[in-house]
Amino acid sequence: MNRPQRFSVLSRLLHWLMAVLVLAMLFIGIAMVASLSDYARLVAIHKPLGAAILVLVAIRLINRLLSPPPPLPAQLPAWQRFAAHASHWLLYLLMFALPLVGWAMLSAADYPIALIGSLHLPAILPRDAALYATLRNLHSILAYLLFATFLAHLGAALLHALILRDGVFQSMASLRARSTDRHDTSSDPA
Amino acid sequence: MSSHPERSDAAPLSRVAVLTRFATIGVIVGAVLAAFAWAAGWFTPARLTPAKLVDTFEQVNGAHPGFRRNHAKGVCIAGAFDSNGAGASVSKASVFGAGRVAVSGRFALAGGQPYAADAARSVRSMALRFRLADGEEWRTGMNDIPVFAVKTPQEFEQQLAASRPDPATGKPDPAAMKSFLDAHPQSARAIATIKAHAVSSGFGDDTYNSLDAFRFVDAAGKTSAVRWAMVPLQTSVTETTEQAAQTDKNYLFDALIADVARKPLQWHLIVTLAQPGDATDDATVAWPADRTQIDVGTLTIDRVESEDSGACRDLNFDPLVLPAGIEASDDPLLGARSAVYAQSVRRRAGEKKDASAVTATASGSGSVR
Repeated sequence: MNRPQRFSVLSRLLHWLMAVLVLAMLFIGIAMVASLSDYARLVAIHKPLGAAILVLVAIRLINRLLSPPPPLPAQLPAWQRFAAHASHWLLYLLMFALPLVGWAMLSAADYPIALIGSLHLPAILPRDAALYATLRNLHSILAYLLFATFLAHLGAALLHALILRDGVFQSMASLRARSTDRHDTSSDPA
Repeated sequence: MSSHPERSDAAPLSRVAVLTRFATIGVIVGAVLAAFAWAAGWFTPARLTPAKLVDTFEQVNGAHPGFRRNHAKGVCIAGAFDSNGAGASVSKASVFGAGRVAVSGRFALAGGQPYAADAARSVRSMALRFRLADGEEWRTGMNDIPVFAVKTPQEFEQQLAASRPDPATGKPDPAAMKSFLDAHPQSARAIATIKAHAVSSGFGDDTYNSLDAFRFVDAAGKTSAVRWAMVPLQTSVTETTEQAAQTDKNYLFDALIADVARKPLQWHLIVTLAQPGDATDDATVAWPADRTQIDVGTLTIDRVESEDSGACRDLNFDPLVLPAGIEASDDPLLGARSAVYAQSVRRRAGEKKDASAVTATASGSGSVR
């Protein structure tokens, strides 16, 4: 068996880094819109973090195309296989769409898009209040969709880890740098 | 449980183990969902949020789609700021280097009624947007009162709710405001100070105060607590009783439009430096009059235009849109203003817009900026 059992080190690094950033982003986003006292502080984190996620997801997409993930277990039912692929591509789509819609809506509302210090992004849309209102609502809808997709992803990952125990969870979760023997990846009791 | 051929080392799970593991997954996913709901404030429905504060504005003022929920009646203005360079000693913000910066903005009356008749005691506001190099901006909203009536957003909401018209009489219940002021002597004092200040004859000869404190950061990283004000070059004339008795619903705005058509209006931007011990988190208290003041430059307003054609109606004069060199202080009103203005702009941006009360086409010698 010489096909890869696990995601590459770079893939795993990007996955876990972005997992932390995206989850933090979702929590910051939902908290800031309901907060009077912390709104400004949270927005000041939300914008540069969103820009960082946009850069990282672009790197990640290139990495994914260059370094394909390990195949799913052969006995996985077709619907689960479809769900896995569809949800992964939905996650990629949303990780691109949310920062882009955020950037576009700030442009349409004519806000300066401040990152850090005096570093700013240019506007990507002309000023348009009605378009801002639409994009602002879309930003929330996509964020809820991303959170729901994340929960499904977490549930499926735990299902693979705790119940199916088919190596899918270890293919991303293992901390070891390199593995040639599948037993190295196992944390299950033999 | 079927096992993957490559994972044949996984021993089959007992029925109890499978159920326990499913329950574990449910608890983990549920915990993340609960944490999200907590962050969203869904477990603390009594907490004041930006949306609830804007709801209170809508309850007090009625629905006026497309208009600001506060400072609803206004006009767009434009001009320039000529910095004399003196501000650079306390802030590294590029706006304080000697030179000219384009400015646009808005004059308005406080309150959420876009068609209210102008009245002498209505609080007047000047909102400005300084467009700096490299996409930086400085936005500020100032009022013509010497202090603000409340210290916190919670108090603001309580005071606003106390002014809500009683459905039976159509007027606010005086007992509600009295009980608010009895419970907040600091606000009662601030309101007495506000009532005692002389009201000028119009927008053009009025002084506009930042009220909230900010922090300036100089090139060496040293910070100074500051407040600022736009002080008119025009001679300030106290409003006359005849003026206050005018039947023209827009007499303040009409006078402003006529003034700017005649010649540009100008203000000095005066920065006041706090001394140690001056409260930066309490806009109800004025700093002592002997504090160091720096005249950092001159604002010239040479164009006035209706909100119907101007660009100020949909713009958020968020007081925390600040360039490097100006930062928020610990004043709790600042973050709340930022949050509530964002909520207001989010709502009105998507609404159908009725014509503004002040419909004048552009006047003045200035061009659109």
